[in-house]
Amino acid sequence: MVRAAVPRRLTWRVATVVDTRQETSSARTLVLDVPDWPGHLPGQHVDVRLTAEDGYTAQRSYSIASAWPSDDGGQVELTIQRLEDGEVSPYLADVVAKGDQIELRGPVGGWFVWREKQPAPVLLIAGGSGVVPLMAMIRARGLARGRQPFRLIYSVRTPEDVCFADELRRRVRDDPGLDVHFVYTRKAPEGSPVPPKRIDVAAVNSHGWPPDFQPDCFVCGPTSFVETAADILVALGHDPKRIRTERFGGA
Amino acid sequence: MGIISRGFGGRRRDSSPDLPPGQYLTHDFPVLSAGPTPRIPLDRWSFSIVTETGEKHSWNWDEFTALPAEEITVDIHCVTKWSKLGTGWKGVSLDTLFEDVESAADYAMAHSVGGYTTNVPVEDLLDGKAWIAYEFDGEPLHPEHGGPARLLIPHLYFWKSAKWVNGLRMMPEDEPGFWEAAGYHMYGDPWSEQRYHGD
Ligand SMILES: Cc1cc2nc3c(=O)[nH]c(=O)nc-3n(C[C@H](O)[C@H](O)[C@H](O)COP(=O)(O)OP(=O)(O)OC[C@H]3O[C@@H](n4cnc5c(N)ncnc54)[C@H](O)[C@@H]3O)c2cc1C
Repeated sequence: MVRAAVPRRLTWRVATVVDTRQETSSARTLVLDVPDWPGHLPGQHVDVRLTAEDGYTAQRSYSIASAWPSDDGGQVELTIQRLEDGEVSPYLADVVAKGDQIELRGPVGGWFVWREKQPAPVLLIAGGSGVVPLMAMIRARGLARGRQPFRLIYSVRTPEDVCFADELRRRVRDDPGLDVHFVYTRKAPEGSPVPPKRIDVAAVNSHGWPPDFQPDCFVCGPTSFVETAADILVALGHDPKRIRTERFGGA
Repeated sequence: MGIISRGFGGRRRDSSPDLPPGQYLTHDFPVLSAGPTPRIPLDRWSFSIVTETGEKHSWNWDEFTALPAEEITVDIHCVTKWSKLGTGWKGVSLDTLFEDVESAADYAMAHSVGGYTTNVPVEDLLDGKAWIAYEFDGEPLHPEHGGPARLLIPHLYFWKSAKWVNGLRMMPEDEPGFWEAAGYHMYGDPWSEQRYHGD
């Protein structure tokens, strides 16, 4: 197992929202200006802390969506999917606005990260908002002009729920080293030859890499999705040591 | 106190004196681990304690489940902020396993199938504070939750309660395990919110 660099003390920093982008009807990206941001690796996350007027606080983890070093002056982007009955995500996805401040600390995590020096092909498997840290890896590879071939299998309810849809389309068009395959679980696009279904062995087998290519696999999403996808990879013969997972919690 | 987040009220659905600071109550059982879930056949399962002099004590599944077991009801706290109160387990106390082990080491590294490790002070393993648990809620421990058997150290954040545990290596000096080397706290007391280095 890899050892991360010597850990630093993680302090809370005040981040200012400098821009927001609606990704889908339920997901929004916050562009944050964080003074003295130390940089991060694609796949790492931050802890966000919100404080109410009476001092009540809530903390949640959010993956970093942007690559580092970024081409936009060291800003950090988070992409948040609203859970209707959630405590923190509706605030970040709907309420917080340009000029507001939130606190965060990080980057956290040294395991679920892609390092551009790793020569292996990469298989990314995302369920819902689990695409966020994988998008950071795709962006980092683009920025570094990495030659490792990447494949993304992205499971999503309907075509309208695809985050980063335009950017993914553009990247696939301009970059022969990147492939994206969508698995629609509730509604497939018009004219799709396959009906909506959950991720299965066939999808991973036909759109992933064969195990003998020894790809690095990154699986991220809700707990049960990650469980299923990681089991499929093991069943197909992938080396468990090359399968890294990040579970966002929930069903 | 932190800066105020304009317009944030919070839901505060779960205040309870049993919850450490920053934790929220969950009723399901979230799964967190760094890789796929290993499935370990019982006839290939073993657990061992290796002392600082290299002496090895090990138990296979039959030997292990023949040891006196305890039923434990405890609260558990994950560093990702969920807590679960009053969870029921069955397992073998570390006091039982250490009966014939001679060691003066102050620390132990727990090792798991798949390469996961986590460090624990020995005094946090003894005196009825820790178990190797193999049942949850009266059922064999599910592989997702670390079955056949996991370490259970309820008074520390749950990343210390190594899933799929297969051994302890006694260490004279403290060394970071898997998450600790990645920036998590060396000890991990939920009541002091020892999440990351420097907390
Ligand atoms: C490492 C990591 C990275 C993550 N990255 C991202 C990311 O990039 N983007 C993203 O959108 N999310 C991400 N998440 C998930 C995120 O941290 C939050 O869990 C998510 O936003 C939900 O938080 P919330 O406060 O809105 O919901 P919560 O209030 O925490 O509720 C979550 C769900 O649990 C249920 N629930 C909670 N408490 C109770 C209760 N007491 N009774 C009944 N039901 C309850 C709610 O109904 C809801 O459906 C990540 C998680 C982790 C661990």
